[in-house]
Amino acid sequence: MFHDTTALTGRLMKQITRSPDTIITVAITPLALFLLFRYVFGGAIAGSGGANYTNYLLPGILLITVASGVAYTALRLYNDRTKGINARLATMPIARSAVLWSHVLTSLVSNLVTAVIIVAAAFAMGLHPHASVGGWLGFVGVLVLFTLTLTWLAVIPGLTASSMEGASAFSYPLIFLPFLSSAFVPTDTMPGPVRWFAQHQPITSVVESMRLFLDGRAPGDDLWVALAWLVGLGALAYALAVRIDRRAHA
Amino acid sequence: MTPATTSTTAPAITVSGLRKSFGDNVVLRGVDLTVQRGEIFALLGANGAGKTTTINVLSTLLRPDAGTATVAGHDVAADAPAVRRTISLTGQFAAVDEILTGRENLELVARLRRVPEPRRVATGLLERFGLTEAADRRSGTYSGGMKRRLDIAMSLVGAPSVVVLDEPTTGLDPQGRLEVWATIRDLADAGTTILLTTQYLDEAEALAHRIAILHGGTIIANGTLAELTALFPPTTVEYVEKKPTLEEIFLAITGSETRES
Ligand SMILES: Nc1ncnc2c1ncn2[C@@H]1O[C@H](COP(=O)(O)OP(=O)(O)O)[C@@H](O)[C@H]1O
Ligand SMILES: [Mg+2]
Repeated sequence: MFHDTTALTGRLMKQITRSPDTIITVAITPLALFLLFRYVFGGAIAGSGGANYTNYLLPGILLITVASGVAYTALRLYNDRTKGINARLATMPIARSAVLWSHVLTSLVSNLVTAVIIVAAAFAMGLHPHASVGGWLGFVGVLVLFTLTLTWLAVIPGLTASSMEGASAFSYPLIFLPFLSSAFVPTDTMPGPVRWFAQHQPITSVVESMRLFLDGRAPGDDLWVALAWLVGLGALAYALAVRIDRRAHA
Repeated sequence: MTPATTSTTAPAITVSGLRKSFGDNVVLRGVDLTVQRGEIFALLGANGAGKTTTINVLSTLLRPDAGTATVAGHDVAADAPAVRRTISLTGQFAAVDEILTGRENLELVARLRRVPEPRRVATGLLERFGLTEAADRRSGTYSGGMKRRLDIAMSLVGAPSVVVLDEPTTGLDPQGRLEVWATIRDLADAGTTILLTTQYLDEAEALAHRIAILHGGTIIANGTLAELTALFPPTTVEYVEKKPTLEEIFLAITGSETRES
């Protein structure tokens, strides 16, 4: 299983390193949003606690990055399925789970590379973190878990969609979700029902946890709520994805 | 390369009473066939006859509704891993990773099949399939015939004793077709069992030791070309006496008047 996963992940990573534009394409929209919010809206919005607005924005921008990045995982799976590569692998004496895990690990690595680019840009925009090593570990840990959960979600359309557009369409609502959370502005000023949604949807607790880690504080309940959402959704998506995959390959 | 030997002396492939439907579409209504070791066996049928469905059952991709199938004595349902070690499938459409080079595709399969010295194995196959010069180019840049050759080469990594080729020449130009034919003959000469499907009667005639015709969900005729020829009613008045072609036999058996080209 480990051997097979490594070999297959190597294959997918080659696909990425040979078209690095994938990583750049994924980074560009979040970077543009980052600049827009920080420099165009920043002055008007900065009432957000007087704190550094770059610090404030970074978690949400990273989540948007991951939400658009995982669309490529769905596309790669869709390609493997429609080009017969999945079938070829299914006739070979290898661990079936290795095929899906190779896509998931590839997603993790490529999204983290994009995240590093975004964080580097954030430093150029005046990011001023107060996190200790533990805080950074927490920050990265939540981001990794978020990426895993969204990637397993992406596996489902990758295995079922009947067109390329269909395979990646799931990511649009995910990209939009941070706008209805505390990622860019505090939820207090939102109108009633929107505020209720924003305060209870998973993105807000994920963003708040990452923000507190970045500020060198310990996220309390936010972290537990975030973990519950991510682990719960991730486990559900994983179970469904594995089931669909088993069905497809008797 | 010599084919991997298996301990049993069972036929290479047996299929018995195989049934499969997709919803209301009954595709296989009880297919029986036996492929002996070392022979080239052609499964002949029109588009949609159920050739790919049959092959997908044999290569563990699809579970049948009823019936059994074995590969080198291993049951496809009960012992899929053993079947996967014995058989190798070249699907109807070339399944190569177009971003990887030809060599990388072969080395990947070698690693997954845990063949020692993947690089050496890849080099050997590239040479055998006339792909040495293109070895380090992305396979996405290959011609249709080259992709097909790479695809077949990938199926031969680890020298499987049973090779299944699903419509190996469909979509190839005449040159590519001849190349694939030559490859299949070489493989058979080396002792590999080959099951191939085709819609082309002349292809079955040219390559196969034995031919089965799949029509209406069952095997309606099965035998050597000579045996099938004997099924054909003797020629009557003709200016030049000629042997019936497989096409004529096919038409006589199925009773169809027209055939899609
Ligand atoms: N996965 C599937 N789902 C539904 N119908 C299928 C599926 N695979 C094949 N079929 C149907 O089964 C029939 C036989 O298909 P197939 O085995 O591919 O034929 P052939 O390979 O001889 O052209 C066709 O009518 C096809 O539409
Ligand atoms: Mg077919």
